[in-house]
Amino acid sequence: MAPKTPQSNFSGPVIVDPVTRIEGHLRIDATVENGKIVDVRSSSQLFRGLEIILKGRDPRDAQHFTQRACGVCTYVHALCSTRAVDNAVKVKIPKNATIMRNLVMGSQYLHDHLVHFYHLHALDWVNVANALQADPAKTAALSNSLSPNRKETADQFKAVQTKVKALIDSGKLGIFTNAYFLGEKKNEAYYLPAEADLMAVKHYLDALHMQVKAARAMAIFGAKNPHTQFTVVGGVTNYDALKPDRIAEYKALTDEVVAFIKDFYIPDLLAVASFYKDWAGIGGTSNFISFGEFPTDEYNHDSRFFAPGVIMKRDIAKPQAMDQKKIEEHVKHSWYVGDKALHPYQGVTEPKYTKLEDKDRYSWMKAPRYNGEACETGPLATVLVAFAKGHKPTVDAVKFVLDYLKVDAAALFSTLGRTAARGIECLVIAGQMQTWLDALVNNVKGGDTELYTPWKMPDEAEGVGFVQAPRGALSHWIKIKKGKIENFQLVVPSTWSLGPRCAAGKLGPVEEALMGTPIFDPKRPVEILRTVHSFDPCIACGVHVLDAKTGQTASFKVL
Amino acid sequence: MKISVGHGLADAEKRLEESGVSRRDFMKFCGIIAATMGMGPAYATEVAAALTADNRPSVIWLHNAECTGCSESILRMASIDGKTAYIDTLILDVISLEYQETIMASAGEMAEKALHDAMKKPYLLVVEGGIPMKDNGIYGKVGGVTMLEMVKKAITNTNCLATIAYGTCATYGGVQAAKPNPTDAKGVKAVFPKSLVINVPGCPPNPYNLVGTVVAAIMTVTKKAPLPKLDADLRPIVFFGQTVHDQCERQPFFEKEQFAMSFDSPEAKKGWCLYKLGCKGPSTYNNCPTKKFNPLDKGVGVNWPVQAGHPCIGCSEPNFWDKMSPFYEMEK
Repeated sequence: MAPKTPQSNFSGPVIVDPVTRIEGHLRIDATVENGKIVDVRSSSQLFRGLEIILKGRDPRDAQHFTQRACGVCTYVHALCSTRAVDNAVKVKIPKNATIMRNLVMGSQYLHDHLVHFYHLHALDWVNVANALQADPAKTAALSNSLSPNRKETADQFKAVQTKVKALIDSGKLGIFTNAYFLGEKKNEAYYLPAEADLMAVKHYLDALHMQVKAARAMAIFGAKNPHTQFTVVGGVTNYDALKPDRIAEYKALTDEVVAFIKDFYIPDLLAVASFYKDWAGIGGTSNFISFGEFPTDEYNHDSRFFAPGVIMKRDIAKPQAMDQKKIEEHVKHSWYVGDKALHPYQGVTEPKYTKLEDKDRYSWMKAPRYNGEACETGPLATVLVAFAKGHKPTVDAVKFVLDYLKVDAAALFSTLGRTAARGIECLVIAGQMQTWLDALVNNVKGGDTELYTPWKMPDEAEGVGFVQAPRGALSHWIKIKKGKIENFQLVVPSTWSLGPRCAAGKLGPVEEALMGTPIFDPKRPVEILRTVHSFDPCIACGVHVLDAKTGQTASFKVL
Repeated sequence: MKISVGHGLADAEKRLEESGVSRRDFMKFCGIIAATMGMGPAYATEVAAALTADNRPSVIWLHNAECTGCSESILRMASIDGKTAYIDTLILDVISLEYQETIMASAGEMAEKALHDAMKKPYLLVVEGGIPMKDNGIYGKVGGVTMLEMVKKAITNTNCLATIAYGTCATYGGVQAAKPNPTDAKGVKAVFPKSLVINVPGCPPNPYNLVGTVVAAIMTVTKKAPLPKLDADLRPIVFFGQTVHDQCERQPFFEKEQFAMSFDSPEAKKGWCLYKLGCKGPSTYNNCPTKKFNPLDKGVGVNWPVQAGHPCIGCSEPNFWDKMSPFYEMEK
């Protein structure tokens, strides 16, 4: 019988703070009874005030400020703010600008999902110390069996073992100090065969080098990574990247990254998943929201390669159109004054910290709800919506993964499903990169080198930008008065997925997902990390910010 | 060439040779780092000794109010002046990174314990992010402790050898310190004026500038070399001694008064000077035009904002969010 996540009869509190290997500062406060989580709170621990800072500034500058919301999923806020101001000033950007923005976004996805799997998530499943027990020859055989394009040798795996052994023997474990897979007693929650552990450790290191290339590709069009600097209201600025040698450089790097995704990331994901299949029954949520991404026409949401949409109660037979009027934000359990659920545009918010241990008000995040329900966003939401709408590349990729793991579509509603969906999304985007690049090349060959449309700043205007970031649904809302920012609001992926309870007491998605999770060793609660990391939290941008003094907030009309 | 040393074991050089790196190559690499930090070629031997010491120096990396872009930036490291040096070389072989929330395996109480234990021995402190000061720092907490308390504990500990403030938030408060600075965020030196702090600003900084500074700081605290020369804003002059403008490939256009006046103009397409579109290169001290960003195994980075046709926003200058904005208007 395949090994399973071990069970215990532990009862008591389990707090993980800080949750590491994420962006930002997150605290998970759980109550465990008889080895299972029966109550849990997800709490954001940082308040920065970006929205207050934006008031009165030049709308064109917003993208630079908001991009600093997050340096992990860099670019997405810059794009979202730029789209919001594009929308407000009603400029129609050139085709090539849309393509270049898409290509940078595509590179961002490839980079982000690769780093998430290997560097932020893998250590929840992979026991680095156990890799020392592996037979290097058998590891090479295992690895090469997973893809015909792998040509790995026993010597390479032996070298990784030597490196890990030297690290452990030195007594200075560095980033692996006190890892949940270490300890006097083996943590039975980790149960990959030693060869799979060693294979994953080697690819953890290989991926550290590969992500450099993905980011470098992004920088060819985006100027640098992290924090691109090539978007402007009206288009993009990077004429240098239209040169054939730059495009060739981008293509070579992207091809290499795409090959790594196909030959390493996806097979590794499936191999690890096939050992941890009981996690297909742990960590699921019910409702999903995606804004869709990769437009051919910035003004037509239906032109997006991944369509926007909502799935309620796991009903993939009936994907719904996304109607922003149904979005409300709750603050009853957040560190803000008030308890009324309001549409974001009418929201009134006044920060008021209580205390860390408060069970009633316990997070700097608000709790967004769609039609009164908590909705998960991110790759699983995007994949479910695309799958439900019959998007062929997504349907094919989902079927491939489900067939490989010999599970049905219900398995997607889980921690394992969420992690697999990230791989599926990445694979589908990887398959599309060449098409977008070809479109740019053809335009340039045909003499179209336009990247920017001139526009005039209106005295008064309002606008919205929608982005489906690697972590999920992101929207920026701007109100312009006398040519300056009167109000600016960010509604971000991590408030959707990791926010607290709403006024009706309904749990946020990560809280819902954690309920019932088994905890084997309360000192090393890796099970919590597995589910929390599967959401790819990005907390700094999740903190919803308004004016601490006046409590004034954005007031928008629904477009 | 891949430099891979350390491991806290003896015979580092022998092992280097076994992995195909000759002593000559290794000394060359050390010479580059020494030269990079303005220490002169004579210090190559000292750098080599520091990097092959039996005990990798401990580094503690704290996160405050920030976006983690600075941590991400060091993950993009691939080479130093044409010599391969990926991040794993640095964190597994050269230093011992004892606490770093973005990449460490551990979490929660076990992570706190790692920090607690690391502070019992001498260490170099790297701080990322501004420190929220308002209302006793309640706007940012890690493990239930305010960031202010956490940094205070780490920086005033007698085992703290020196501190590198990495990124514009840690150096000067950063984006959250822009007007009206709702959480009263400050840079490290402003909060702890008595501590030895080296500033490496940028949003995010070029990782090239961090690696050199880390090595120099190790050399300084082990008394093998003097503190690198710093400017009035505590930045190493070797990286921040010249303006972006003076090193810019578009500077000849400036001299000839050839300016792009809009982003769709033929002049913009031809790569003329962006000064009149708001470029802050003349007031910004950094090495972006020469080192660029996102390097590969060989050579410098692949791009930088001005090459991509976008004005410099002055991100390594104190208070640039207020001082340099509006970003698309000429500086007054």
